[in-house]
Amino acid sequence: MQQAIIIPASGRARRGFGDAVFATTARASGGLVLLLLGGIILSLFIGGIAAFREFGPGFVFSTEWDPVHQKFGALVSIYGTLITSAIALVLAVPVAFGVAFFLTELAPAWMRRPVGTAIELLAAVPSIIYGMWGFFVIVPIMSSTIQPAIINFFDGIPVLQDLFAGPPFGTGIFTAALILAVMVIPFVAATMRDVFDTVPAVYKESAYGVGCTTWEVMRSIVLPYTRVSVVGGIMLGLGRALGETMAVTFVIGNADRISETVFGSGNTIASIVALEFPESPQGSLKLASLLALGFILFVISFIVLAISRMLLKPKATGG
Amino acid sequence: MTFRTTALAIALAGFSFAAHAQTQITGAGSTFAAPIYGKWAEAGATATGVKLNYQAIGSGAGINQINNRTVDFGASDMPVKAEDLTAHKLMQFPTVIGGVDIIVNLPGIKANELKLTGPVLADIYLGKITKWNDPEIAKINAGMKLPSLAIATVHRADGSGTTFVFTDYLSMQSAEWKSKVGSSTSVAWPNGAGGKGSDGVAATVQHIPGGIGYDESAYAEQNHLTTALMMNKAGKFVAPTMAAFVAAAGNADWSKVQNFAIDLNDQPGAASWPIESATFVLLPLDPKDEKQSTAVKKFFDWGFEHGDDIATSLLYIPLPQSVHAAIRTAWKAVPGTM
Amino acid sequence: MGGGIPGAAKNEAVARSLGRRRHLTNLFVKALCITATVIGLLLLASILATLLWNGLAGLSLNVFVTDTKPPGSHGGLLNAIIGTLIQTALGTVIGTPIGLMVGTYLAEYSRGSQISNVVRFVSDVLLSAPSILIGLFIYQLLVEPMGGFSGIAGSLTLAVIVIPIVVRTTEDMLRLIPATLREAAIGLGAPKWKMITLVCYRAAMDGIVTGVLLAVARIAGETAPLLFTSLGNSSGLGNLATPMASLPVTIYQYAGSAFDDWVQLAWVAALLITVGVLAINVTARLALRGKK
Repeated sequence: MQQAIIIPASGRARRGFGDAVFATTARASGGLVLLLLGGIILSLFIGGIAAFREFGPGFVFSTEWDPVHQKFGALVSIYGTLITSAIALVLAVPVAFGVAFFLTELAPAWMRRPVGTAIELLAAVPSIIYGMWGFFVIVPIMSSTIQPAIINFFDGIPVLQDLFAGPPFGTGIFTAALILAVMVIPFVAATMRDVFDTVPAVYKESAYGVGCTTWEVMRSIVLPYTRVSVVGGIMLGLGRALGETMAVTFVIGNADRISETVFGSGNTIASIVALEFPESPQGSLKLASLLALGFILFVISFIVLAISRMLLKPKATGG
Repeated sequence: MTFRTTALAIALAGFSFAAHAQTQITGAGSTFAAPIYGKWAEAGATATGVKLNYQAIGSGAGINQINNRTVDFGASDMPVKAEDLTAHKLMQFPTVIGGVDIIVNLPGIKANELKLTGPVLADIYLGKITKWNDPEIAKINAGMKLPSLAIATVHRADGSGTTFVFTDYLSMQSAEWKSKVGSSTSVAWPNGAGGKGSDGVAATVQHIPGGIGYDESAYAEQNHLTTALMMNKAGKFVAPTMAAFVAAAGNADWSKVQNFAIDLNDQPGAASWPIESATFVLLPLDPKDEKQSTAVKKFFDWGFEHGDDIATSLLYIPLPQSVHAAIRTAWKAVPGTM
Repeated sequence: MGGGIPGAAKNEAVARSLGRRRHLTNLFVKALCITATVIGLLLLASILATLLWNGLAGLSLNVFVTDTKPPGSHGGLLNAIIGTLIQTALGTVIGTPIGLMVGTYLAEYSRGSQISNVVRFVSDVLLSAPSILIGLFIYQLLVEPMGGFSGIAGSLTLAVIVIPIVVRTTEDMLRLIPATLREAAIGLGAPKWKMITLVCYRAAMDGIVTGVLLAVARIAGETAPLLFTSLGNSSGLGNLATPMASLPVTIYQYAGSAFDDWVQLAWVAALLITVGVLAINVTARLALRGKK
């Protein structure tokens, strides 16, 4: 795709007034986007600076969150954010891979578009709907059936029984991770699908030609070829999971403490900001701590996104 | 197409109707008081000419909003400290009284069967008593078969005045709770799960056998939750009934407190319910617009004059007439008529 | 086969069993993948079924003609619906031109340059940034100085979310336009800006409109950012200078509330939003697929 060659019309000024205005507007909007991002990062940092100043770098590692004694720390929320996203990915990636594999290799042609669209619609459902569905449908199932079953299963096994222990609230880190997984599946599946489709047909055909099964082609040809982009797609899903607010707030059990069991309650940065922001007095240490948490979340998301873009880039050049 | 245009036409007509001489006031805060303020607004609209926009975002948030003067009045179940009132130039007055119930989910145990005391409740929420068949609980529930289930404590996840009332009561009953956790709209709970809103707490307790939580009495009553008996100051176990709430409120001595900041927890009296509180409204002493303050006062004045029946029907206890009179006098400090 | 090769029969047996194993593995993996897809479809079905089951029960004419009211007073969702329509429309109207210009900038004015890579990267970061942080930003920028929540703050937050979506689609669509089309316009003596607006935009219009539709679907369901900017309004619509009602915030307040009729209305609102959003999405995706 080349840019058109511009030959100025003779007898007129080299750059018309219209061109100048338009070009300036275009460049200015580019600048506006840069300003927006800078503004967001800056406002979060400045807002949170009181917390950093008060607690020092220890803020990031402290597990306290005590509004009465005015002691705040970021570790509980950071932990909640990271662990729910990690578990969500562990649950979502295999399913997304299965969907992508199905849609690219196994499904008959007539099925691909409707099924593909249906999976993509999962991505379109707003977060608060996931919150409601999670709270009213998934939580009762978790507390009455799934959690007790898992707790009983691991009961008696030394280390694992503490990881999957008591009481079956229904809400908690695991449930939040489950809902996040459902939200992330369509993103990862769509990226994987696009990326699987970029494998040149000739590679796959030669593999089929020597008698490979479909799975062997996927495992030995497609996956190695697209490995980097697949990881990029997973990182994209991770980025989405990190910032989810409404879906998590309804089901995570909202406790400001790190719990050893995966069924325990917790908080993510997004959920604690959503819950405690409205009642944080202006200029208070609590508000500053929440803004500092927002800044930390932004930094984490930024890093994840940067890595994902780096990994997804080679695909654009055909690999 | 026609349905939409009809709906739009009706909407526009509705707007034009509302456009005549009505003052719109905004309030925010206590979820506990939301039903009564809403009903008062509806019933008194024609008489007062005041329209209320009330956001039930929690007591802590309500205090925040009125401090920032982003609303006309704030509503909080937690009375604001005198020094904070002065610092933010606010005036405080109570509107109604309500009780907080303890709800449980124990297989085989029905409403108002389980007995609990303040210290035991505090130990449960501190995590010192972890099973329902613990000797401390069995001692006060002689003859009852308690299951060996783990206790699953539930609390309010959002900043809530109901949390304040509950933790204030626990602070009175347990020195350890007072020093370790304290009381506020939002505290560092030692254990348990949080539920969003009163509904969240009730739903979570109902989902999990062995669950225990706290909720506003009106809500517990409406939804037929399994409530527990509590031991009051006189050593008697009482059920969370209207009579018990009225008994506790009746003992209150309003003359001894400043800014109406009465604490109705653990009131004396054989029939009193121990976990109760008034809910408060905060008005600015330097309002941006005097008309708004006048409208707020008019709204609550109507509620005091004519709203007692509505209050009792929603399971709130109206304030005594003497307190109403004292409030009207206190209103004189706020600019604007009334 | 046989012949005089020693161990040929054994080789054949090994080959057969190996072949069987590979075949079974292949079938097993295929079965897993089909299961995965079925799981995905079942999840979607579960969400839709829950919404329909709970939401349809409360759907009535009253919902569309009455404002939100205190519990037990037969309230509806009118002000919330209109509030969402207004804020979504305003957010789109403000964000789309900006996104359009940035997309144009990336496709027409700076292709390949380092600065364009930076702008593109920044736009992508904004695209995937947690929307709650954008709400916090607007709160500090607008709500605190203004001294109150407002519909315009809510609309601006939505506009910020719209911008990167429109940037992405605009740039992609403009890049697809063949060079011949541009050269023809220039060859006829058109200044660059006329080439872009009269020729390129027109050619890419379908794709750009689709991008806008996707953006609309995205912002219609946003809750967290509105909590800190337009707050919600329980007694009426409000206006751009005061707290303004919206469906997602109403759902957030009603869903966790203590009152059955409010929870019922939360489901109805959820159903309305989801049906709207999915309808827009399906339309947009069908149009986009055709385009590509």
